[in-house]
Amino acid sequence: MHELTITESILEIALRHAAEAEAKKITDIHLVIGKLSSIVDDSVQFYWDIISDGTAAQGAALHFRRIRIEIACQVCGESYHPEDLDLSCPACGSRDVRIVAGEEFRLEAIEVE
Amino acid sequence: MSVDESSGRAGMKERIPIVEKILSANDHIAEQNRSTLDAAGIMGLNFMASPGAGKTSLIEHTIKMLMGKLRLGVVDGDVATSIDADRAAAAGARSVQINTGGECHLDAVMLQGALSELALEEIDLLIVENVGNLICPASFQLGTHKSVLIASVPEGDDKPYKYPGMYRGVDALVINKIDLLPYLEFNMEYFQEGVEILNPGLVTFPLSCRTEEGLDAYLAWVEVEMEAHRRVVQ
Repeated sequence: MHELTITESILEIALRHAAEAEAKKITDIHLVIGKLSSIVDDSVQFYWDIISDGTAAQGAALHFRRIRIEIACQVCGESYHPEDLDLSCPACGSRDVRIVAGEEFRLEAIEVE
Repeated sequence: MSVDESSGRAGMKERIPIVEKILSANDHIAEQNRSTLDAAGIMGLNFMASPGAGKTSLIEHTIKMLMGKLRLGVVDGDVATSIDADRAAAAGARSVQINTGGECHLDAVMLQGALSELALEEIDLLIVENVGNLICPASFQLGTHKSVLIASVPEGDDKPYKYPGMYRGVDALVINKIDLLPYLEFNMEYFQEGVEILNPGLVTFPLSCRTEEGLDAYLAWVEVEMEAHRRVVQ
C-alpha cells in the first residue's frame, strides 16, 4: 500500500510541473532514490501503469537512479560507502557518523513534449 | 505522433528539472501539524511498533500513571475498528480514532484531520498510535516531536537487523514484555548490538506492561521530555 501513496505523489508532482510548462504529454520521469529508502521499483512501476492511465503521463517511462550510501565520520573525517547495515567508520570504528547520501527520495526531472 | 502546428515543435522533447521531494506534500502538512501542536503547547509522540507489541497497553499505563500530572490525548491509527481509541478513552484520555481503510501507515493529512476533532486546549501530551507496521510508518513524517518504537521480546532479537529504517529513525525505544524473557530464546545483547549499530546511544527502556516493571524510567523520560518541550515552545 505504501508504494501506492508514493506513486500517487509522483504523478501529482509530474502533472503539476507539466501543466505549468503547458506540456501536452509527459514521456519520461526521472526519480532519484537513495539505497536507504525502502522503495521497490517494480511496485512503483506496477501502480504507475494503473494510475497514470488516462492522464498526460500515460505511458511515461519511469527511470530510477539509485544513489549509493555515503557516510562521513564525524570523528576522523573518513568518507566511505558501506554495503550493509553497519554504518560505523571502517577507519576508526566510531559510530558518530553523518549520512551524506543514500536517503534521497525525489523527482529530479520530467521530459515532456 | 501529432503535430503541434502552433509551435512547430512537433515531437520535440523538453526536459524540465524539478528536484522536488516525492513526499514534500506530506512533509508540508507535517510542518503545519507541528505548528498546531506548538501553538497549543502540546508535545506529540509518535508510537510505532509491529502489531501486538503492546502500543495500546503502554498508552493505557501512560494515561493512568500520569493522570493528575499531564492531560493526555490519543490519536489511534488502525486499518479498521475503534478498539484502541475506546481503550484509551476508558483509561481517561481524550481520544480519536483514524481508520486508514487499508493504508499501512498514518500520514500527516490523517493526523491533521484527527487534530481538528480534539479539544487541543485540554491536552498536554498527545500520543499518536501509528498503524502496527515496522516499515511504512517510518517514511511518513506526522509533525509529532518525538518518535518512540515499542519492540517486544516475543518478536525476536533479530528485528533491528531486519527493519533498519525503523530502528534508525526513532528517538526512544521501549522493549516490552521483558517478563517473558525466561521463556524465550531472546538474546538481549544481540538485539541491543543491532540497535547500537543503527542508532548509537538510543535511549532504551526495557519494561513489562503486565508486571509494570521498568515503567518508572519510561514515565520519567516522558516527563523530562515534556518539561524540555515546554521550555522550547514558551
